Amino acid sequence: MAAVLTRDIVKKFADVPAVNGISLGVPDGEFMVLLGPSGCGKTTFLRIICGLEKQTSGEVLIGGEVVNDMPPRARGVAMMFQSYGLYPHFTVRNNIAFPLRTQKVARAEIGRKVEWASQLLGIAHLLERRPRQLSGGERQRVALARALVREPTALLLDEPLSNLDAKLRASARLEIKQFQQRVGVTTIYVTHDQVEAMGMGDRIAVIDRGIVRQVGTPSEIYDDPADRFVATFVGTPPMNIVARNGGYLGFRPENFLPRDMINGEASTEFQFRVDRSEYLGSERIVYGAIEGFDPDQVITAKLPPAHVADEWIRPGEWHAFAVRNSALRNFDKDGKRSSRL
Amino acid sequence: MVTIGESVVRPASRLRFILDRRDVLGSFLVAPAILYVLLLVGVPFLMALYYSVSAYTIYDPSWSFVGLDNFEDIIDDPVFRQTLYNTFIFTFGSQILGLILGKFGALVLLRRFPGRGFVRAMIILPWAVPIALATVAWQWMFDSLYSVINWTLIALDIVDRSEAPNWLGTPSLAMLSVIVVNAWRFFPFAIVIFLAGITAVPQDVLDAATVDGAGFWRRNYQIIVPMILPIVAIGLVFGIVFTFTDLSIVFLMTMGGPVGATSVLGFQGFQTGIVSGDVSHGAAISLFMVPVLLVVVVAMLRFIRRREI
Repeated sequence: MAAVLTRDIVKKFADVPAVNGISLGVPDGEFMVLLGPSGCGKTTFLRIICGLEKQTSGEVLIGGEVVNDMPPRARGVAMMFQSYGLYPHFTVRNNIAFPLRTQKVARAEIGRKVEWASQLLGIAHLLERRPRQLSGGERQRVALARALVREPTALLLDEPLSNLDAKLRASARLEIKQFQQRVGVTTIYVTHDQVEAMGMGDRIAVIDRGIVRQVGTPSEIYDDPADRFVATFVGTPPMNIVARNGGYLGFRPENFLPRDMINGEASTEFQFRVDRSEYLGSERIVYGAIEGFDPDQVITAKLPPAHVADEWIRPGEWHAFAVRNSALRNFDKDGKRSSRL
Repeated sequence: MVTIGESVVRPASRLRFILDRRDVLGSFLVAPAILYVLLLVGVPFLMALYYSVSAYTIYDPSWSFVGLDNFEDIIDDPVFRQTLYNTFIFTFGSQILGLILGKFGALVLLRRFPGRGFVRAMIILPWAVPIALATVAWQWMFDSLYSVINWTLIALDIVDRSEAPNWLGTPSLAMLSVIVVNAWRFFPFAIVIFLAGITAVPQDVLDAATVDGAGFWRRNYQIIVPMILPIVAIGLVFGIVFTFTDLSIVFLMTMGGPVGATSVLGFQGFQTGIVSGDVSHGAAISLFMVPVLLVVVVAMLRFIRRREI
């Protein structure tokens, strides 16, 4: 296992930049999530790390060694693909054994390691089946076993959960995370799903249009977004952003509460016109506008239904809402974070 | 109530919507093909079966039944045994050569290079050119005096003028020549089959193999080839059937010579049954293809079904 470091990686496809200078350090054993919208360059960046794609400029270091000119097999990284890339003509056993065979590992050793990896992932009973006879979740585990069997320097995962249904995704998320903690392998995980990013990452790198907007722990990303992009990309519903004094003011929907729910603390008050209200069981999402700002800009509030009854909040009504000052975030005119207050 | 006219209830003709029924329309549309096969393949096949157990010749068109005598005659004939052997060599030699050329041709054509579209279009030419024309060109290349192949070999000092090979005059070289020509005709088809197969292999699988440490050869022979084997096998079944029954290249290039070294079943059947008029023996020779081809096709189809992934 090893640390992965990139310095100013640029990748252009026929003059169209996909990656625009990413410098990122992933310490040994860390679970790093690359989060960004589709087409932001995160998968290209991952393919550059494993060597499937050659960067236009910049350096990749694995375990302190520059690997720019090394082919994928010399880098010792393992990668798990979106559709898993299992070999359909091999049994599960041969799928898992394949990376060991290419390294000319002794036959007895291969048997032992396949046994170990399949026990670890609970697929020992599937070894003689072929991939088409497996369910989505089982295929994912086989792909994970194949990636881990040769004890890679780093594990690269490219949207591994996107082919699973919602229920399976939640359990697979937990499984991958627990598994990574147990094995302690340096992991880089690409996703566009913020729930996966927040739930699994030790740290998250938010990527947009080929550059890293912010690197930080899930709470740093959520509570202290570095710019408007991060603020609005992470969080459902996203942070409310309103123009004020040549800059922008941001606050999370769950911090935008009826005034009487905030007791004592210093807060900023707004007059909130309710346009629409959605009851979602565990929460109530209210859409509207606030007085003194652009009336067309939709402001959302996320309220606990237990405290706010249906008849209290009706479309067309005006209510006094407030945000604790500690929950307000200021951005300058370029959208960068300008103060902590 | 105003009566405008007598309402006439005409019973709808039962035949009016007959073609709207799927089963009827299906039978109707497929009937010409079935008729065609029955008349032009089925009837001649039954006639061949009958001729092969009769003493029918064009000089004595009597329909006397002779049992399996014709088959005994041809099996006892060393020329026929040589022909049967030649047919196998010719078929499998040209298929193997064609497949190898096809595989490498496909790998080359998968790469991007300037003029790839043009080359892809041109590569189909051997298949599209009329066989008679192509064979005449090859005949000149293998000519004992004017061979451009020999001229090149001599110019490169690989062989001496006095030892220049007589391509169509030496038995083993003549067989090699017809195999080369047939493989040349077959390989564009093999390229198309391989191209279709290789492009259907998911990129994720190839990337996974690369990251798992597989180099060019391992990726090709442990991942790509096994994955495209079913489609290649289908192509091979066609190739074997067409080559095993073919007589055109041999007929145009060597006339089965020298001394029967390139004679194949189709050619000998034609010579005996049509040219010499010995219809019954010609039919017996031709029918020898049936069990052989049946075994090959059944074996291949079983293999494909087992390998389906």
